[in-house]
Amino acid sequence: MRHLLSIEPLTREEIERILDRADSFAEVSGREIKKVPALRGRTVVNLFYEASTRTSSSFELAAKRLSADVVSVRSAGSSVDKGESLKDTVQTLSAYDPAAIVIRSPHVGAADLVARWSPAAVVNAGDGKHEHPTQALLDVYTLRRRLGSLEGRSIWIVGDVAHSRVARSNVLAFRKLGADVTVCGPPTLIPREFEALGCKVAYDLDAGLSGADVVYALRMQRERMTEAFVPSLREYAARYQIDARRLHPRQLLMHPGPINRGVELAAEVIDSPQAAIVAQVQAGVVVRMAVLYELLANAPQPFPMPNAQRPTPQPA
Amino acid sequence: MTLSRMPTPPASVLIAGAHVLDPRAGHDEILDVLVRDGEVAELGKDIAPPAGVELVDAAGAHLFPAFVDPHVHLRVPGQEHKEDLETGTRAAAAGGFCAVIGMPNTSPPIDSASVLRSVRELAEAHARVPVGFLAAATVGQRGESLTEMAELRDAGALGFTDDGLPIASANVLRRALQYQRLCGGVVALHEEDPTLSGDGMMHEGSVSALLGLAGIPSISESTMIARDAAIAAYEEGRVHVQHLSAAESVQAVAAAKAAGVRVTAEVTPHHLVLTHEDVRTLDTALKFNPPARAERDRTALVDALRDGTIDCVATDHAPHAPHEKEVPFEEAPMGTTGLETAFAALNTFLVEPGVLTLDLVVERMTAGGAHFGLPEPRIAVGAPANLALVGLDRAWQPIEAGYESRSENCCFHERELRGRVLMTVAAGAIAYRERSFALSAA
Repeated sequence: MRHLLSIEPLTREEIERILDRADSFAEVSGREIKKVPALRGRTVVNLFYEASTRTSSSFELAAKRLSADVVSVRSAGSSVDKGESLKDTVQTLSAYDPAAIVIRSPHVGAADLVARWSPAAVVNAGDGKHEHPTQALLDVYTLRRRLGSLEGRSIWIVGDVAHSRVARSNVLAFRKLGADVTVCGPPTLIPREFEALGCKVAYDLDAGLSGADVVYALRMQRERMTEAFVPSLREYAARYQIDARRLHPRQLLMHPGPINRGVELAAEVIDSPQAAIVAQVQAGVVVRMAVLYELLANAPQPFPMPNAQRPTPQPA
Repeated sequence: MTLSRMPTPPASVLIAGAHVLDPRAGHDEILDVLVRDGEVAELGKDIAPPAGVELVDAAGAHLFPAFVDPHVHLRVPGQEHKEDLETGTRAAAAGGFCAVIGMPNTSPPIDSASVLRSVRELAEAHARVPVGFLAAATVGQRGESLTEMAELRDAGALGFTDDGLPIASANVLRRALQYQRLCGGVVALHEEDPTLSGDGMMHEGSVSALLGLAGIPSISESTMIARDAAIAAYEEGRVHVQHLSAAESVQAVAAAKAAGVRVTAEVTPHHLVLTHEDVRTLDTALKFNPPARAERDRTALVDALRDGTIDCVATDHAPHAPHEKEVPFEEAPMGTTGLETAFAALNTFLVEPGVLTLDLVVERMTAGGAHFGLPEPRIAVGAPANLALVGLDRAWQPIEAGYESRSENCCFHERELRGRVLMTVAAGAIAYRERSFALSAA
């Protein structure tokens, strides 16, 4: 694997190899010194064009625990603010000869473009409403730890599917690992022909949710109200909020964060034993370590910088 | 004279041994065509080359009446970094076109007689093939108040359009069609309901669902066609629907024609060949408006072109500079170039597989100007020479061959195409010769 741009082209075997690697890094994370020297001397650039707390911090932590040097660039206060194009920014950062570029962008396909414009390995940390592949991998990792296998499990993804890159990556990843996936939300927030991703579509949560093994709630953004997608948050919560009445004790609850308490999730379920939300965050670091390791540990340095002064080995 | 071109000496040339195909004139055989002083002087077998006439050995090639494109963006004034009158008309000549009609969505828009006169003056200095212009229908293309349509007609406007944008207000379109009774000039319509297309980037369907891109539903086009056909019927106006993209739109045009509305319609090669599946790669050269839609839409367009519901082919040639297109898909401007690949794309993807006949493609590619009052090119003795000499089985790849256009945002850039224009004669003058095409003087 050269880049991680989306879940779509991955095979089940490739996904499982990353999850197995993440398992081995989980063991490292339990140690007092949580660092391995796998990427010593390599540079990882985090290029974030959107606000992010958990994704950017966990990528940074993952790279540091692999002993890489990390540079984080955020759009605010950078040359991006001064009108520099993505291509020029990528070429500028590529001059530092990074081993990997992690990119979060509000635009679909941005990671693919970075992969075209830079010799570095590229990790998509979210491109518009398209995909968020490391989120899907950490969710699958979390589920595998809790359930053993996803094969034949019923997973309901509930909420604003239309505006969610997490929904797209997760439907694809869950399907590849053998789960049965249903997306459920207001008809205005589920794209036409979404079944093409291999899932079922439902609009009535109460009619089918009881059959789910896993309930995956999506973030409901407040601005959707002003765009006439739903009449009110009150009506949305009445129909689609996951609360103690709807969540069965044998069901597992997940959410990609950040949570709108009292909108998509009621307070009582967030703190319930069924919630795997904190486990998801913990999985974020080890899964992203596994992704960086997968792309970089065995890959040759893309090419040495011309004229770079590299230390010559001294005779012993 | 409503067409403008740089002064060009009339051609005297004998095109010998080509397969002459002109569905209107009824030619479909190997003939020699003698052009003298810019007119077709003689058609026949084994014409002896008169002294002083250049001989073109065209054995194995096809000779068509040259194509007419009723919909191109020449970007003058204001966006000369994308295209200008010279490069745009060089592209037209390289595509076998003998006349093109430029759209007014320039910067500033062609919405007053003074802007129109200045653009025509530039065309008289730089255009390699004759160019006509549509003027904006509303001031600034803002969709609010009518342009000085009568003065614009006097200044040479072939018609009116706010192309690039719809005329969103039904009342403004109604007023334009009422005023049309005074000044004439077809009103060409970019049909899109902005409340339905919103911030859409591509066809709304399975691919937009997968990519997470906002979709442009088919109904954003078809509902506007239905609305505007009703307005045109009521005012007995003459309208032309631009760049049809959806099966529902074909139905709306067919219904309007059946009801006697004075409406014609055009379709682009890219809508006849590509679908939203091709947009999966997020190649920004495939971002255009209206978008490439589903296979059922594409086949409906092909069927409609065949049965005459759609009257003509137009390229909607829309050049953009590399730095404007080398950005994420959502940031890229809409548009693909099309002049240089139009015939080859239709020949490769529709004629060769037997979906459309060569006759029909030639007829529809030469029909677009007539709806705006331009004469149809024809290969007949006494007619001005408007000829496209084409090597039908010549294979080429646009990205390899390069472009005459200033821009390279061609949706067929990596496709293997067959059918190469070897020479174009436009309004009696040689406008283009392929560089490698061998010529010999008599």
